Amino acid sequence: MKILVAIKQVAALDEDFEIRDDGRDVNEDFLIRDLNEWDDFSLEEAVKIKEASAEPVEVVAVTVGSDTADEALRKCLAKGADRAIRVWDESVLGSDPIAIARILAAVARAESADLVFAGVQSSDHSFASTGIATAAFLAWPHAAVVSALNFSPGAKSALLRRELEGGLLHEVEIQCPAVLTIQLGINTPRYASLRSIKQAAAKPIEVKSPADLALSAADIGEAGSHSRVRRMYIPDKGQAELIPGDAVQQAQRLAQIIREFKGDAA
Amino acid sequence: MSGLLVIAEQRRGELRPVSLELIGAAQSLRRNGDSVAVALLAPSPGALIDPLKLAGVDEIVTVKVAAPEFDPDTFESAISALIAERKPDVVLVAHSVDSFGFAAALAAKLGLGFATDVFKVERQDGELVATRGGYGQKVNVEVDFPGRATVLLAIRGNVFKPPEQKGSPRITEFSAPPVSSRSSGREFVELAAADDVDMAAAEFILTIGRGIGEEAKIAQFKELADAIGATLGCSRPIADAGWLPKSRQVGQSGKTASACKLYIAMGVSGAIQHLAGMKHVATIVAVNSDAEASIFGVAKYGIVGDIFEIAEELRQCF
Repeated sequence: MKILVAIKQVAALDEDFEIRDDGRDVNEDFLIRDLNEWDDFSLEEAVKIKEASAEPVEVVAVTVGSDTADEALRKCLAKGADRAIRVWDESVLGSDPIAIARILAAVARAESADLVFAGVQSSDHSFASTGIATAAFLAWPHAAVVSALNFSPGAKSALLRRELEGGLLHEVEIQCPAVLTIQLGINTPRYASLRSIKQAAAKPIEVKSPADLALSAADIGEAGSHSRVRRMYIPDKGQAELIPGDAVQQAQRLAQIIREFKGDAA
Repeated sequence: MSGLLVIAEQRRGELRPVSLELIGAAQSLRRNGDSVAVALLAPSPGALIDPLKLAGVDEIVTVKVAAPEFDPDTFESAISALIAERKPDVVLVAHSVDSFGFAAALAAKLGLGFATDVFKVERQDGELVATRGGYGQKVNVEVDFPGRATVLLAIRGNVFKPPEQKGSPRITEFSAPPVSSRSSGREFVELAAADDVDMAAAEFILTIGRGIGEEAKIAQFKELADAIGATLGCSRPIADAGWLPKSRQVGQSGKTASACKLYIAMGVSGAIQHLAGMKHVATIVAVNSDAEASIFGVAKYGIVGDIFEIAEELRQCF
């Protein structure tokens, strides 16, 4: 069987960043890129299933992005993915999560995947949309925010727990194939060994264009998106009153706040 | 017909309070002639609708469904049918774990304009514009929905206020098409309480986050919490690493610290889910070495400094 793990190379902002001239994004010189934290867990979950399985399981990491995302895919290869696929050309620019999902669904079909994992959300834009939209395009069952999973390759269903608000979990049985969005903490992601990092560097990354997947211009980019960014701007900062002084003075003021609270509470 | 459709949420036979906030959000978008309908999907929806009878709600639509709890296929099929019948301009859902499970699929299938985690929504020159955060909430992002007749928005919690006045909406029934669901809910499980702490009852919480760096430092903060009379809590990464039991995790997915009035967060950068879960606290004090940490955006007091040094000095004061 085959598990497709959708991953994203996310971007954090440098301390002093600038908004692009057209006002619709941050100037990319100020982006610090890394593998999305959630995706580390979904990849690990797929690799764990593979390692526990008697029948062969192939784990394929896929991303939609330019060649800057190769680094994130190599990380996945080093941590146990068998193959890596990257979909890109200029026509992808301007895609929202739903347009990205259309691409991921096309990859899942082309690969005849049996299971698709995605992170619950990405740490940069927190859409929490891509995985579940992918399920819609595949017309597959889906479950979001999975914090425990019991699945054996070949089984017709999986047993999982969704992590709800307020410390509550909901146990769900779901038919497979399915798309699951994976929550932080579902497992303990491994570290890649130096040897596996070296081996990953030598592995190929399969690059495809949307056209290779039979997607048209109307499916992707701004045309295939269900929202459009008008502008990005830096919000007014919240007003935490900064406590001045050295550590001793700051701690004394904090002690005073605690005592005042206890006085109030008593 | 145009107007606004609000999808209320229930869980285990109780209406979720965020449903009322959605009604508040709908009011801010309502134009002359717009109707506001609130739909509730449940096995016995009629029993739960009283709190939804608020000013500005024209209609409460009860949708009887077989699934006792949230289920993606049930929700997508029933809400699709509702949208097809009523053709609302705007559909509002909560940005919640349940909507994570169906909203994007609905938008993808029906071709709806779509944005999640929306904390501001308005009409600019007649165009619907939603604002959400980007790059770890460091920027605000305005999005619009060109060419989309219906827009689905997932609204952030604790932002919009429910209307205070009661109203008297008409109550209608909508019969959802039959659905054969491909997943089935079983039981609910409470997060295992590995120790006897009751975060929900704690009024004064000292929370530690990723900034503590290593497990060996936990003891120092345990001792500090005892000395100052606080309950020790932690952010998600600390609980996921197993350094403290899950029962001590606070934030949206952790225990709701509903009684908390004073909250000292040390080395917590403030992931959005953490902040969303602590917004109700009257006094938040953030201690962090990173002056840019998001938590300073919601804290009342901030200390930019080394958490270990501050912890040691604070210990000396008690």
